[in-house]
Amino acid sequence: MPAEEIDRALARRLLATMQLIRAFEEAVRDHFAARHIPGFIHLSIGQEAVAAGLASALEREDYLYVTHRGHGHVIAKGADLKRVAAEIFGKASGYCRGRGGSMHIAAFEVGVLGANGVVGAGLPHAAGAAWALQLQGRQQVAVAVFGDGAVNTGLFHETANIASLWRLPLLLLCENNGYAEFTPLSVHAAVESVAERAAAYRLPAWRVDGQDPLAVRAAVREALGRVRAGEGPALVECLTWRVRGHYEGDPQRYRSSTELEEAVAHDPLRLFAERLRREGLLNEAEEAEVAAQARQAVAEAIAYAQEAAFPDPASALEDVLYQPSGAG
Amino acid sequence: MAEKRYVRAVNEALCEEMERDPAVCLLGVDVGAPGGPFGATRGLRERFGPQRVRDTPISEAAVVGLAIGAATLGLRPVVEIMFMDFLALVMDQLVNQAAKMRYMTGGQAKLPLVVRTQTGYRDSAGPQHAQSLEAWLTHVPGLKVVMPSGPCEAKGLLKAAIRDDNPVIVVENRTLYALAEEVPDGDYVLPLERAAIKREGRDVTIASIGIMVREALAAAEALAERGISCEVIDLRSANPLDLQTVRTSLEKTNRLVIAHSATRCGGVGAELAAALGEEAFYMLDAPITRVGAAFAPIPFSPPLERAIVPDRTAIIAAVEQVLAP
Ligand SMILES: Cc1ncc(C[n+]2csc(CCOP(=O)(O)OP(=O)(O)O)c2C)c(N)n1
Ligand SMILES: [Mg+2]
Repeated sequence: MPAEEIDRALARRLLATMQLIRAFEEAVRDHFAARHIPGFIHLSIGQEAVAAGLASALEREDYLYVTHRGHGHVIAKGADLKRVAAEIFGKASGYCRGRGGSMHIAAFEVGVLGANGVVGAGLPHAAGAAWALQLQGRQQVAVAVFGDGAVNTGLFHETANIASLWRLPLLLLCENNGYAEFTPLSVHAAVESVAERAAAYRLPAWRVDGQDPLAVRAAVREALGRVRAGEGPALVECLTWRVRGHYEGDPQRYRSSTELEEAVAHDPLRLFAERLRREGLLNEAEEAEVAAQARQAVAEAIAYAQEAAFPDPASALEDVLYQPSGAG
Repeated sequence: MAEKRYVRAVNEALCEEMERDPAVCLLGVDVGAPGGPFGATRGLRERFGPQRVRDTPISEAAVVGLAIGAATLGLRPVVEIMFMDFLALVMDQLVNQAAKMRYMTGGQAKLPLVVRTQTGYRDSAGPQHAQSLEAWLTHVPGLKVVMPSGPCEAKGLLKAAIRDDNPVIVVENRTLYALAEEVPDGDYVLPLERAAIKREGRDVTIASIGIMVREALAAAEALAERGISCEVIDLRSANPLDLQTVRTSLEKTNRLVIAHSATRCGGVGAELAAALGEEAFYMLDAPITRVGAAFAPIPFSPPLERAIVPDRTAIIAAVEQVLAP
């Protein structure tokens, strides 16, 4: 892969996105622990480079379907942090008016067409969006983000086959964090490499270090070059580390302390900041400034969400069906 | 107005809607070049091209998922699921995805999506090709379910389904595909939520759906010869149920028989009976009686199948029962 010249602005932007996701998810973690947030929460702490690298290679008009672990992608795609937070807190001003929550955030205004609580279920939606784009002669692409666990669903294979057959403008982006819930890859997949499995459907595939936002970005750009040129779908597999449990409250008894230390050692924020400092692209003051900005934005978003009103129970039956009159 | 077979009415509805709106497109196994496993899409690929009439692999769940994504971006996909029994393969996409997409996005998504499928009646299709599973769908908020009982309904309800901005499942009946009737030409659209009175009567109301409307009409004809006057209602929609039309009929007859070919246990008739038991109890002069399939898989061998799936004889017996002093 030809390395892209790292420019200062891009480097700062990637770092800022990762900082924002991290600060947001740490706040969500704390407020969930304090029982300010109902339901359950899946965090992407440790995996932020995937979201930052992917989003940096997408246009605002491109469409994105994400997973139950999707906060990072929604934020990286440019969603309003306040409305994301409000949704997670179950408030009326959340993106989904409090009907979706953490696992079902959609932010259509920035092209996020949905997260999904059912593993693998969003894959064909992205392919369908890609099919619509193809039929309508539009230039955008659709992206499906999914985990290593989703690769074992029938829908992954059905979708990969159809997308390849119809040459859909679709990018399949796998976040391979080595776990499906509590089950490690070695126990859930006969073939370790997702990229290798993609080959069965003649999907060009890239397998990259998911802790490095520039590696993710480079692979996605190269893959999208083909997709946008009408050469059909492609797959990018990002190898990444999940630091927290599958959900908040999961004590991770199934992972050794050595493994958990290793996950923390692969912290993409620290690794990237160190590299930028090494290469003279960022000094400590700048790094502190980026982090402070992220914390500030998150503090405002959380305060907004906490103060926001809950939905009116009288609105609970609205939007079960689309009513042309707009009557709910 | 010309006489048309049921399957031809389906074809005409698809063709007219595709002509009217370039966003309408078809997906399914064999819907393209072969013209559909039952001929419902014959000629459409030639007319509208392979992009709008897409042959798909046998990947039912993904195909319904594809339709969801495409509908989100403004297409109006019509998916054919060859046999209703195969809905089992797409239940997640229908129940957890399509039905909830608008609600769980807080109204951001609009899903103009149609799933056409079909069931049959006493044709030895066997345990995995003959079930009427509409009750699975009617239990789920966010889905509309209609069951055209004849060529007119096949055209009018399908056109309405395609124009509706919600997921609609249209359950056709293959046993009726060859049935011909006068069908209005051109823009003939029936409301999705309204039942129709197929035959007026005084003594008993028979609320029926799908192919059982035909059996109910035959039963009413036979009973008329004995001086018993039945009002036959075609519910048309399994969800929502048009309770108003049934209630109005009950004001006159005060007696109700419900007939569907699906398993009686937990069927659409159970919901109808329960709702009317709550709302119209004091109108009733006799207990509501339901006619439906016995609680067993649908067997292959004709005498066995006839023992499980009811017909006009069972409806006549039910009418006699609600009229018994
Ligand atoms: C079809 C289905 N089966 C099981 C679950 C429960 N579940 C939620 S997330 C998950 C693991 C998914 O693993 P992966 O796809 O690798 O994503 P990750 O959680 O690692 O991001 C499981 C089993 C589910 N939501 N959907
Ligand atoms: Mg995983």
